[in-house]
Amino acid sequence: MIERHQRFNPLQRLLHWLMAACILAMLFIGVGMVSTIMPKYLTLVSIHKPLGIAILVLALVRLAIRLRYGAPALPVDLPEPMKLAAQLSHYAFYVLMIFMPLIGWGMLSAAAYPIVLFGGVHLPPILPQSDSLHTLLWNAHFYLAFVFFALILLHVAAALFHALVRRDGVFDAMAPVSSHDGAAPAQ
Amino acid sequence: MAQPRQSSMGSIFGSLVLIAVIIGGGAAAFAYTAGWFTPQRLTPDKMVDALTPPTGVPLGHRRNHAKGICFTGMFEANGAGSALSYAQVFTRGQYPALGRFNLATADPNAPDATVRVRGMGLEISTPDGQEWRSAMIDPPFFPVSTPQAFYELLLASASKDPNAMKTFAAAYPEIAAFGAWAKSAPWTGSYAEERFNSLNSFILTDNSGAEHAVRWSLLPTAQPVSVSPDDLAKRGPDFLEQEITERVRGGPQRWTLAVTIANPGDPTADPSKAWPEDRRTIEVGTLTVQQIQAERDGPCRDVNFDPTVLPSGIRTSDDPFPAARSSAYAKSYDRRTAESSHYPRTATNAKP
Repeated sequence: MIERHQRFNPLQRLLHWLMAACILAMLFIGVGMVSTIMPKYLTLVSIHKPLGIAILVLALVRLAIRLRYGAPALPVDLPEPMKLAAQLSHYAFYVLMIFMPLIGWGMLSAAAYPIVLFGGVHLPPILPQSDSLHTLLWNAHFYLAFVFFALILLHVAAALFHALVRRDGVFDAMAPVSSHDGAAPAQ
Repeated sequence: MAQPRQSSMGSIFGSLVLIAVIIGGGAAAFAYTAGWFTPQRLTPDKMVDALTPPTGVPLGHRRNHAKGICFTGMFEANGAGSALSYAQVFTRGQYPALGRFNLATADPNAPDATVRVRGMGLEISTPDGQEWRSAMIDPPFFPVSTPQAFYELLLASASKDPNAMKTFAAAYPEIAAFGAWAKSAPWTGSYAEERFNSLNSFILTDNSGAEHAVRWSLLPTAQPVSVSPDDLAKRGPDFLEQEITERVRGGPQRWTLAVTIANPGDPTADPSKAWPEDRRTIEVGTLTVQQIQAERDGPCRDVNFDPTVLPSGIRTSDDPFPAARSSAYAKSYDRRTAESSHYPRTATNAKP
C-alpha cells in the first residue's frame, strides 16, 4: 500500500492530466496548422491561441501548487543519473509550459497581428513590431515545439518504464487512480 | 515505500517492446500531422516557393504584390452597414485607415506598365481595439476557383514546357474568362481610378444574429481614363507611384465602399464567378486617402494585409481562399522579416 504522501495530491494529478491533454493537442494543432493552406488552417489557429493562453494560466497555477505542496520523493534505489534526469525534465517542462505561450504571444505582437482569443476578446501586444524579434521568437517557437514533443515522448517512456518494468510506485504517484491499493500486482 | 518488484526477463522484454511501440507510434503520428509522410500536401511553403519570380527570390520583400506604396487616411462610415453587421467599423463615424497600393507581381522592380493586376491592401482600426484588414484587386473576378488551381497556375506560368498553360487551361477552364478580361479591360494611368474588389465572400452578422454573405468593392470617385499599355510604358517604370503621390498631394482621393449581398444560391465559395449585376448593394462609407508614403519607411511596410484579420461581426465564409491566403501571407511575412537586412530601408532603426 502506497502512503498518501507518496502520491501527488488530487489537484496536482488533475492538473497534470488536464494539461497533458491540452499540451498534446496544442503540439499537434501547431504542426498541423503550419503545414496546410486548407480552411482548417483558420480553425486550428483559432484554437491554438486561446488554448496556449489557457496552458499558460494553468502552468502558473500548477507551479504555485508545486512550490506549496512539493512532489513525492523518488525511490531511494533509483540510480542517480535517472534521478537527475527526472528532476531536470521537470524543470524543462515548467520552463516550456510557461515560455512557449509567452513566446507565441510575443511573436504575434512583434508581427503586429491582433491577438484574438475569441470573438472580440483580444490580448494586448507585449512587444513592439520588430522584424528581428519576430524572427527570433518564430524560430524559438518552432524549434522548441519539437523539443517539447521529444521531451514528452521521453517522459512517457520513463513513466511506462517505471510502471511496467521497475514497478517502483513512481507512475502511481501521478496515476489518475492508484492501481496498487491493497495488493501487489499478480506476477 | 513501495519496493521494486521483480519481473521475469520475458515480461521486461515485452514491456520494453510495448514502450517502444507507444513512443514510435506517437512520433509517427506527430510526423504525419506535420505532413512529413504526405509530400503531395499543399503547404504554405510550397505556395510561397511557387511565387518565386524568374528574377529570383525578392529577399526582404512580400512574396507577391511585391511592389507597392503606402498611404494613410480615414474611413468614414455612413452607418448603413450596421444593418448588415454589428462590427463597429460600420457604425457612423470616422476611423483611421492605412494601406498600400500595389501591383500583383512577385518582382519588386517590375515596371508599372507590365503588370496587369493592381491591388490595394487596407487596414481600418476602430476604437474597440479591433482591426479589419483586406487585400483587394481590380479584376472583377479571380482567375481560378480554388487555391489548388492557383498553385497549379503558378507552376504552369513558370514552366518551361510550351504546352504548360494549354494543359492548365484544359484542366481549369475558368481561366478563360480571366484571360478575356486581361486582354480587353481598359488600363488606367492611376491607382486613384481603379475599382478594388474583395472577390472573396465573407459573412456579416447583424445585431439580430442574422448572417449575410457579401463581397465588397471600393469604387473610385475619380473618373477612370483609359490609356493604352504602350502609352503607359512611356511614362517610366514607376509612373503609378509618382502619379498617386502627386495626385494626393494635390488633394485627398476617395473611394466608396460598397457591400454586395448574395442571393440564396449565389456562388460564395468560388471567387472566379462574379455574382449577377442586380444583387443588392449598399454603400457603407467612404475611404479617403490623405497621404502617400514611400514603402521603405512607410506605415504599411510592416503590415501583413491578411484578409482573415476581421473584426467581430465579419467572418470568413465557405470561400477557401481567405484561409489559403492567410497561411501563405503569414509564410511570406515570416520569410521577409527574417530577410529584413536585405530590404532597402532608407533610415536604419526607423522602428524598434
